Amino acid sequence: MVSRSLRLATLAFAASLALGATATARTLRVSLHSDLKIVDPIWTTALITVNHGYMIYDTLFALDEKLAIQPQMVDRYETSADKLSWTFTLRDGLEWHDGAPVTAEDCVASIKRWGARDAMGQKLMSYVAELAAPDVKTIRMTLKEAYGLVLQALAKPGASVPFMMPKRIADTDPQKQITEYVGSGPFIFKADEWRAGEKAVYLKNTKYKPRAEPPSGLAGGKVAKVDRVEWIWIADAQTQVNALINGEVDLLEAPPHDLLPLLAEDKNIELFVFNPAGRQNAIRFNVLHKPFDNPKIRLAVAYALNQKDLLDAVIGNARWYIECKSLFPCGSPLQSTRGWDDKFTSDFTKARALLQEAGYDGTPVALMQSTDIVSLSNLAPVAKSLMEKAGFKVDVQAMDWQTLVTRRTKKDPPNAGGWSAFLTSWASVDILDPVAASFLNASCDKATFGWPCDAEMEKLRDAFSKETDPARQKALAEAVQLRVLEYPTHLPLGQYVQPQAFRKNVVGLLAAPSLALWNIEVK
Amino acid sequence: MFGYILRRLAATAPVMLIVAVFVFLMLRLTPGDPAAIIAGDNANSEQVAAIRNSLGLDQPIFTQFFIWFGNILRGDFGESYFFKKTVAELIIGRLEPTLALSIATIIIAVSVAVPLGVLAAYKQGTLIDKIVMGFSVLGFSVPVFVIGYSLIYLFAIKLNWLPVQGYQRIGDGFGGFLQRLILPSVTLSVIYIALIARMTRTSVLDIMGEDYIRTARAKGQVEIKVLFRHALKNAAVPIITVIGLGIALLIGGVVVTESVFTIPGLGRLTVDAVLARDYPTIQAVILLFSFVYVLINLLVDVSYTLFDPRIRY
Repeated sequence: MVSRSLRLATLAFAASLALGATATARTLRVSLHSDLKIVDPIWTTALITVNHGYMIYDTLFALDEKLAIQPQMVDRYETSADKLSWTFTLRDGLEWHDGAPVTAEDCVASIKRWGARDAMGQKLMSYVAELAAPDVKTIRMTLKEAYGLVLQALAKPGASVPFMMPKRIADTDPQKQITEYVGSGPFIFKADEWRAGEKAVYLKNTKYKPRAEPPSGLAGGKVAKVDRVEWIWIADAQTQVNALINGEVDLLEAPPHDLLPLLAEDKNIELFVFNPAGRQNAIRFNVLHKPFDNPKIRLAVAYALNQKDLLDAVIGNARWYIECKSLFPCGSPLQSTRGWDDKFTSDFTKARALLQEAGYDGTPVALMQSTDIVSLSNLAPVAKSLMEKAGFKVDVQAMDWQTLVTRRTKKDPPNAGGWSAFLTSWASVDILDPVAASFLNASCDKATFGWPCDAEMEKLRDAFSKETDPARQKALAEAVQLRVLEYPTHLPLGQYVQPQAFRKNVVGLLAAPSLALWNIEVK
Repeated sequence: MFGYILRRLAATAPVMLIVAVFVFLMLRLTPGDPAAIIAGDNANSEQVAAIRNSLGLDQPIFTQFFIWFGNILRGDFGESYFFKKTVAELIIGRLEPTLALSIATIIIAVSVAVPLGVLAAYKQGTLIDKIVMGFSVLGFSVPVFVIGYSLIYLFAIKLNWLPVQGYQRIGDGFGGFLQRLILPSVTLSVIYIALIARMTRTSVLDIMGEDYIRTARAKGQVEIKVLFRHALKNAAVPIITVIGLGIALLIGGVVVTESVFTIPGLGRLTVDAVLARDYPTIQAVILLFSFVYVLINLLVDVSYTLFDPRIRY
């Protein structure tokens, strides 16, 4: 009797161990670049919330790994010959996490809410005469005039993605955050386990109906291969690395570049560039005040700087960056170096000549330096050094990023709390074309901080948005690039990628413009 | 005594009012605008202004203060600008990890530092005294993160005895709770061990020359009783003061340790709130820290009467 009980107990223990092992094996533990604080991806542009959005929501269209637009929730779509009428038909079998079917009405409400918040959405909606749901699976969009970026807008990755939500949620005032988190994506958000500052938990959506195509980027079949994903927030970069080495997390989304050699040495860890488009560094000018109210003085900066010195200062290893003399990201469809070959060469003679020609009077450049973001902090001192060699007077003003974010909204002169320029970086997928790239908005007061004001630039952007032929779009994008040399709004300062680090028992990582955690298995 | 406690408690009201005014003004005068942070990179001035309006940040600073202070008097600390939660909920959620870390740290610090200090005093001038004081100087000088990373390297990565990071709530299992608390609390306790050991040594040394110690020895008391019953008890007042201040400082001073060991406590909440200029959260947390500080000072003062009967209020 005792022996039978013992055997049963042993079996039960063994089974529980096996079950425990299975449960562990099917949980993916990741540490991302930030803590998930806000879970409304329409209300905020925070990248971590975009990542959350791709976990639980789906999109009508999506970019594949080559940044080509593919239907996602949409089964088929058609447009009239005059490009004024668009019809999108939803796939069969799409369901919200609460079991209700996804309807065209839900999608219409979602597009409208997104269109009220996002710049590209606002632009699209300004062309829309009617957005309707004639039946449960059909979305009909009627335009006032042809608009060339309908699909680009609906497939937009990066900040503020048009995620689809049930109508009752999408009807929330766009200025307020949603309070219910129901999507139709491959994972379900476990709101009861979400502890801001600690972790967020997602379960596999067993009812998700993936597309038949293989996964590619954010498109194709999104098959969740783990039962549970835990986002574990680890604020300290060194601790993130230690946790990965110790096997407490399976994947780091953004280990700092200076710690990559440590990870590369570990035989259990691999590095993977999931977003080859990466990020683009840039210098942004304030055109309201001297010295950068003069376009020629701004152009002189393009001759004074060089991308290599700047990238070396913040990224270091050339394996993770590329010099890219293109306004639009290298590797993207609108990449072009036209007109830019002789820029970013630290040609101080040419820069000095331009300054002389422009009548530069020695007004100091108030260059804001963000000191708390590792990938940005060293840019300003290097830029200062190079610009001073060209004859600029540069006053680097150090501050934390949030102070910079506040100060950049001030239109006052630099000596009264304003600014002349600052250095930042953009996700490449947010600047794929002249409309998406908000630094190119040159509509004066309505432009984003820096307030460029150039009718010619706005004419070109408008023409681009109305153009539907890709070849002519490319020509217009080149025209924009050339116009930036005559009226610099900002200057691109090279591109870099952020490798992920993962333990070797994690397989199936996808290259994608945003973090994709489907298709991943933990062996 | 009771009257004294009531008077001291009543005196906290003006202190808290001054703290409230100071914190509010300091935040408003510090560069940084939550509206600009929420608006993000693509926003124009109109959008930032709309957010500022929706948060009430475009109102005169006095109006903002009186609305906030009025709400506090009603027990409403407001809602975080970023988390979709009330500040009270946020603080309650972060209280357990910080309290657990602080209590564990103080327990370790007191149980190690007091005997060490007494021992150093007893063996004054010997090698043991020099070692204890050497450790004390070292513990006080080495930054917390260096100690933390060193312990992680040894006990988590090399020996694989303890986890690198994380916190497990006590309700989710005591074993895991304890396992995850060991490294951070040992790390944090080093500086307090150094501080309390030094103070204990000095206080005990002052007492050891007193007549009643000589009398105790003359009566044939064993040395350990002399040290702990007679010397330590009479040396307790300054030691209690240091321990009390240590506890008060710990509540708000665990930021680095919480970061290194990924403990989701009040320290991390404060840092996140400061970085995001989340005014309601920062204001409430600083008010809480100040209140705890005042309260612990009161408790320390009251505790003197337990150790020194001559002290009366």
